[in-house]
Amino acid sequence: MSDFALKDAEAHYGATRVLGPLSMRIAAGERVALIGKSGAGKSTLLSLMFDRWQAQNVALMPQALGLVDTLSVFHNVYMGRLDRHRWWRNLATLAKPWRRDIDEIKALLDEVGIGEKRWTPCGELSGGQRQRVAAARVLYQQGDLLLADEPVSALDGPQASHVMAMLTEGYPQAVLAMHDLELALAFCTRIVGLKDGAIVLDAPSEALSSATLQDLY
Amino acid sequence: MALRATTRVTLGFILLALVCFALGDFEISAHDPWRSVGQLLLGLVQPDFSGIDSLGEALLRTVAFAFVGVGLGAGGGMLLALCFHRWWVRTFSAFIRAIHELFWALIFLQSFGLHPVTGLLAIAIPYAGIFAKVYAEILDETDPLPLDVLPRRAGRLSKLVYARLSQAWPHLVSYTAYRLECGLRSSAVLGFVGMPTIGYHLMAAFAQGHYSTVGALLLLFYLLIGTLRWWVRPRLLPVYLLVAPFLLGTGLPITWSNVTRFFTEDIVPSPLKRGEGLSALWEWFAQLFMNQALPGILNTLLLTQVALVATGVLALALFPVISRHFTHRASGAAGHVVLVIMRSTPEYMLAFILLQLWGPSMLPAVVALALHNGGIIAHLVGRRSNEIQLRQDAPHGIDRYAFEMLPRLYGPFLALVFYRWEIIMRETAILGILGIATLGFYVDSAIQEIRFDRAMVLILITALINIGVDVLARRLRGYLRLRHGVNRQQC
Repeated sequence: MSDFALKDAEAHYGATRVLGPLSMRIAAGERVALIGKSGAGKSTLLSLMFDRWQAQNVALMPQALGLVDTLSVFHNVYMGRLDRHRWWRNLATLAKPWRRDIDEIKALLDEVGIGEKRWTPCGELSGGQRQRVAAARVLYQQGDLLLADEPVSALDGPQASHVMAMLTEGYPQAVLAMHDLELALAFCTRIVGLKDGAIVLDAPSEALSSATLQDLY
Repeated sequence: MALRATTRVTLGFILLALVCFALGDFEISAHDPWRSVGQLLLGLVQPDFSGIDSLGEALLRTVAFAFVGVGLGAGGGMLLALCFHRWWVRTFSAFIRAIHELFWALIFLQSFGLHPVTGLLAIAIPYAGIFAKVYAEILDETDPLPLDVLPRRAGRLSKLVYARLSQAWPHLVSYTAYRLECGLRSSAVLGFVGMPTIGYHLMAAFAQGHYSTVGALLLLFYLLIGTLRWWVRPRLLPVYLLVAPFLLGTGLPITWSNVTRFFTEDIVPSPLKRGEGLSALWEWFAQLFMNQALPGILNTLLLTQVALVATGVLALALFPVISRHFTHRASGAAGHVVLVIMRSTPEYMLAFILLQLWGPSMLPAVVALALHNGGIIAHLVGRRSNEIQLRQDAPHGIDRYAFEMLPRLYGPFLALVFYRWEIIMRETAILGILGIATLGFYVDSAIQEIRFDRAMVLILITALINIGVDVLARRLRGYLRLRHGVNRQQC
């Protein structure tokens, strides 16, 4: 298992320090929720983590999703495993996908509820559908650690819970920036609160309730 | 009242053009020019399609050369675009696109002769330079995020195709399709130097005074370009590209000894070939520069400046014909037809026709350049004007033009004129082949005299001043803070 730790990490925007210095370690099996007001440094911390750990087996689901609008849903999900195939097979997949890939990705898309959209270009989807495509992509990608920024912000109640469950079960370790405290408490094992670029709270989620977390805001 | 920067620059350009106009030779020397114009118009009204075999072949060859040439250019341009971050690739691309396709054709005619490869390279090389620049820009504009979220260890080609080419694809396709239209014009014009395309047949028909055949050829050419979007379909493109190479004709066989001799002996400056040393080389170059390059450059600049201002005036006068603020449905459609005809006629073809009608001087060249380029700019400015929302009680007629439209459109208009400056200069130089004393004239004469070393130096000088004007235009746009989105319509 890879080791994911930050030591005295900092992020700067121009000359101003916007994050840290902070130290943090993701233990095996941990699903960490980053919470805090917007501008507290959640996204900055996530991209810093991705920067440091990208040589390891890390998947990223950024807030802007990073989908290619001109490609179909299927191909966007397939992109999660571009590194597992030879270049010619990837090129051939653009023209005619393999049956095996289609079946596997269809099953995953059915799970998140957009199986019937698999040949639609991503540019034609709604915000919630796009978010589910991006979720399916990181699920398809697999790896040791998932970094996700507001992964279910555009989904409604039951769907948000379902996708959260899939994301947290799909990876042995995860760091998720969340604004929905109930979801964070329900699906993550550890809560890290950020304020003005510093960690002000770090506790297992059993020890917390959403009322106590309100203080952060 | 202090003049604004745009006004100062405009007045400067007009003044310069007036001076150039006074210095240049702008006479009609044919003794009865209007009779010939009348004959040509009669030919257009009563076209003669009886020579349909050769007309059909001319069209087929024109299309085939355009498809294969642009196809090769696009492939080469994409390869160059992928390494466009290296300065020497950028310089190389700027250099090959600064040389006009007819100059390339003249170069390859001396080596490969009248073989199809001459025409193909003449289109493919400068187009590769243009494609390289535009493809690189399009790729740069893609969203970098999909690339960031890809698995780190994915192969370079897979990353490129999935994360960047896929995003850029619609833009790449539409730009390439637009270039295909330019390619058809280039291909037609290559006929004037002997390729079996429309230009060749046009020249022959003129020489024999067959105005009705000229009319038929011109009408077919407009038809070809006007219907482009119906017969060029993304799904059909691969078929066209596969078939086109077989429709180029055979031409004359390549004599390989000529090719080697051309590149190893003919283009080597003669003092070097004779081993006369560097001082003789300098003497040779100074002679060439003073007697040919300098007058050529002066005439090229003179003609360019007059043509540029004439283009601008024409564009400002004509853009209302397609603007919804000045036309109704029917008159707007008629305006579109006029502008389409103006911009689909290659300036070289127009200049050739006008020279036949009016006799040799700079006038036919200026009119040809102004008609073609003015048509393009009027089209773009007119389209831009359609985006403007006027208040309901806005004035009409001249007042609307002067108070509502021109102030809003002048910046974009000026930007477009500067974009076309380099193109007008490139064309001006090339029109010399028709007998107007610009750089092309000296290049062509040197080739006639079988002094290829001189021709090469003159072509290089032409390329350098093209690059110079391009840089100057970019500076001016920066100085006037003109930004007109991304405008890539330039051929």
